[in-house]
This record gives sequence, C-alpha cells and structure tokens, in this order.
Amino acid sequence: MAYVPEPLPDTNRVPRGGGLLRMLTSRAVLAPIGAVILFLVFWEFIVWANSWPDYVMASPSDLPAAYSQYWNLFLIMGWQTLWRTVVGLVLAVVVGVLIGMAMGFSRTTRDALYPLLVGFNAIPKATLVPIVALLFVGAHDFNTVLIAFMISFFPIAVSVSIGLSTLEPEYRDILRSLGASQTTIFWKIALPKTLPEFFGALKVAVTLAFIGTNLMEIVSPHGRGLGALFDSGKTNSDYPLMFAVLIALAVLGILLYYVVVALEKIFAGWAERTPTQ
Amino acid sequence: MEKLIEIKGVRHAYPTGQGPLPVLDGLELSVEEGGFAAVVGPSGCGKSTLTKLVAGLMKPDTGEVWLHGSRVTSPRSTVGMAFQNPVLLEWRSILKNVMLPLEIVPTKLTRSQQEDRARYLLSLVGLEGFEDKRPSELSGGMRQRASLCRALVHQPEVLILDEPFGALDAFTREDLWQTMHLVKEKEPFTGVLITHDLREAIFLANQVIVLSGRPARTQYVLPVPNTGPRDLEHLYTSEASEMLAILRHQIEVAQGRAPAEETSAAE
Repeated sequence: MAYVPEPLPDTNRVPRGGGLLRMLTSRAVLAPIGAVILFLVFWEFIVWANSWPDYVMASPSDLPAAYSQYWNLFLIMGWQTLWRTVVGLVLAVVVGVLIGMAMGFSRTTRDALYPLLVGFNAIPKATLVPIVALLFVGAHDFNTVLIAFMISFFPIAVSVSIGLSTLEPEYRDILRSLGASQTTIFWKIALPKTLPEFFGALKVAVTLAFIGTNLMEIVSPHGRGLGALFDSGKTNSDYPLMFAVLIALAVLGILLYYVVVALEKIFAGWAERTPTQ
Repeated sequence: MEKLIEIKGVRHAYPTGQGPLPVLDGLELSVEEGGFAAVVGPSGCGKSTLTKLVAGLMKPDTGEVWLHGSRVTSPRSTVGMAFQNPVLLEWRSILKNVMLPLEIVPTKLTRSQQEDRARYLLSLVGLEGFEDKRPSELSGGMRQRASLCRALVHQPEVLILDEPFGALDAFTREDLWQTMHLVKEKEPFTGVLITHDLREAIFLANQVIVLSGRPARTQYVLPVPNTGPRDLEHLYTSEASEMLAILRHQIEVAQGRAPAEETSAAE
C-alpha cells in the first residue's frame, strides 16, 4: 500500500544566466526597449504634425543638443538628486516598516494611527516645502531628504501593516504551539510573508520619493539637483533643457525601480509563480 | 492503560458584543497512550477550540486539561499540529518546512541528524524526491503530507489534526488515510482528529467522540474495535455500517433533528 506520488507537471523554469546574448535578446529586455522607441517616435510625430515650436513643446530630436551642451551639469545634478532620493527612501523604509509593524501587531495602534496617517498623506507635500525650508533654514540636503521621506513612507507603512495583520492565525498557532516567542514568529513567518507586499509598496515609494526630492529642488533656491536645473531652464526659456531634465528624471526613476525589482527577486522571488499552461 | 490526554468538565466561552458566547460546556475526553480519538459534531460546535485547549494555546474558563499527568496551562513542545490549511512557508523548500519545529523546540539532534529525520518522514509519506521543491509546486494532497511530517518531526507525544483532509478530494483523502495508518505504525503517537467525515473517523480512530451542538458537551463515545492498518474494504463491512448508522443518528441528535433517546449517554 505504498503511496506513489503523482508526477509533477514539468515546471522548467526560465533558465537563469543563459548567456549575455540570450538575455539581451529576451522578451524581458526587447519589449520595454521597443515600447520606449515607439513612444519617442509618437512624441516626435505629434510635435512635427502640429508644427509646434520648441517653446510650446520640445521634441525628442531637440534633446541630444541639450544633453551634450550641459552633460557635466546633468551628471552633477543627477547625482545630487539620486543620492538624496535614495537616502529619503531608506529613511521611508525604516520608519514605514516600524510604523507598519506597530499597526500590524496591535489593533489599538492601528485604529489610533490610521486617521493621522491618512490625514498627513492627504496634505499636498508642496505646501510643506516652505514650512520645512523655514523650519530648517539652509539645511538644504536635509530638507530635500525630509520631503522625499514624507511623501514616500505612507505606502510602505500601510502595506507592512496589512501584511502583518492579515497573517492567517494558523501560521501563528503552528509556531506558538511549539512555544515560540513573538520575536521568533516575527522573524520566521511574519516578516518573510510580508515581503511581497513590502516590495509592491516600495515600487510605488520609489517614484514618489523622486517627486518629493524635486519638489524641494524646484521650489527652494539653492541650485542643487535636477530640479534646480529644470528651474534654470525655465528662467532662461531653455525649453529643450526643461524637457531633457524631465527625461533624465524618468531615467533615474526607471533605474531605481529596477534596483527594487532586483532586490525583490532576491528576497521575495519565491512569491513569483511560474505560469502553468 | 495510562490516560495521555484528559479533559475534565471543560467550559469555555468567547467574549462577544452581546456578552459571552459559550462554545464548550461539559466537555469530557480521555485518550490512552497510543490511542487515536476522532471528534465529530455539528459545524461550529467548538471542535477547533478543543484543539487549542489541548495545544495549550488557550486556557478553559473552568475545567482541566491534562497531558501526560501534568496540567496544561501554556503551549508545550510535546504537541504537533496540522490543520485543514497546510500553512507551509512558501519561501522555504519542503525539507526546510518540515525542519521548522526543530528550529524552535530544543533538540539533541545535530543539523545533519535533523535533516535525516525530515528526509525519513518525507519518504514515509511518499514525498521522496520532493525535498527541494517549493510548496507552490506541490498538489494539495502532497502539501498536506508535508504538513503532517512537520507536525511529527520533533516526535511529539500528541498529534492534533484539525480536519487535515477536509479540503482534499475523496480519492486523495482515502490515500491519506492509508498514509496515516502507515505513519502511526512507524512513528507511534497519541492523536486527536477533528473531522466531519464519519467514515474517516471509524477508519482511523479507536474511539469516536460525538459533541453536541453549541455549547458542546460530550454527547456520545463510540469505541471502535479492530483498529490498525487495513484496506478500504473495511468500510463496507456490516460492522462498519452499524457504527456509521449509530454515529449518523448521534449527529442528528446533536443537530437537534432527531430526539435524544435513553441511550444518549451510552458511556
């Protein structure tokens, strides 16, 4: 009466590291590049068809000139924007996870904090820029990081709290019946189980953090970051430069997004299911 | 024979907005060492509360729960649990899932001995070759087998099964009944099985306890003779039919659909 397990369906995963050439010609790389090219062609076409001058709407063909003229500024400003965004994001992760844990584990904390958090999140962060700038006069780096943090911690806190509070009681019971402490349950089950939700929120937070950084850079007259470059384009009526800054911001956003995707693959890759036929 | 599990006069109620909701009232249950008790009863009659009491996850309002001669007041590592939902950790391999209790319960086994034990249990339930798979790659029945191995890996004295086969299809369920017999033979345990399936109860257990509707008390205890490994044909003998008829009647009484007779307290 020995049990013979049924054979599993063939779950050949996509081969990893199957040569650089194969990776570069894979659908995952070609499809997004194709979409970007299509988008640029469409943009160029719209500008050309309406015969808009570049002070109404710059076209992609105006951009290379702007980049080659100001390339050193783009590198310096781009780096300033990037590091301040990343620091703000790291801060948002730390604080967001802590708030999320407090709300996920305790109903009282959850009930108490939700209205405060939602209320805070409903305030347009642009209105906080002058407040922060006056509060910490001259601390430009700090202020920028602060705005990036304030705009991006909310989705992280909410997702962590939902992930923790929706943990099926059986998971807890399995460990609790063995005499495990709350800390053990958190590290062995609650934390890893929340990771997919956490990374989902982090993808949202990445783009939000860029918005926060640039809010400060554009409004505050310190001349740092891509936001300041955008502002100088505006004052000098250099419209191609303004558009070039926007595209540079988009590229940085995409870059950081894929960093998050890579981290997600490493830490929460198990949540991804191989499609079955 | 020594009673390994004893529940005496347990009452328990859950607090609700409309005052306490009694779920257990007059629960009596005793299982001798090596015994296997099946608990059946109407839906929502507090069967799962019973498992939490035995596991020490909850304390009864009144009454006592004894395990191996000592009173249960908190969780103890001599208990293994499996639920209808296999609750495997999706980010771990099947082998690492089975080894989870050994990371919590103090054990004398070395790391490689732990792994050997997990591999042995997996082969016992027919999961040899699936050690490195992720839970999501396994079928429902196979996940339940892995969950069973996890419940047994730290050699618990008591195995608590809360409708472990409830979500499986009939054929898979019958396969697992056979596996249970095999496991019980090789890895002896004292068991409490919560189930809705009367055939499962008489096929696996050596006593069937019928609980009344809420609040649940022990309404009827049916001893099952001739237990041990056997094939499914046993369920079609006249002896089995008689036991099933008695149990079915008792369930109807518990549901309030049949009048209680003078035999209702047969113990």
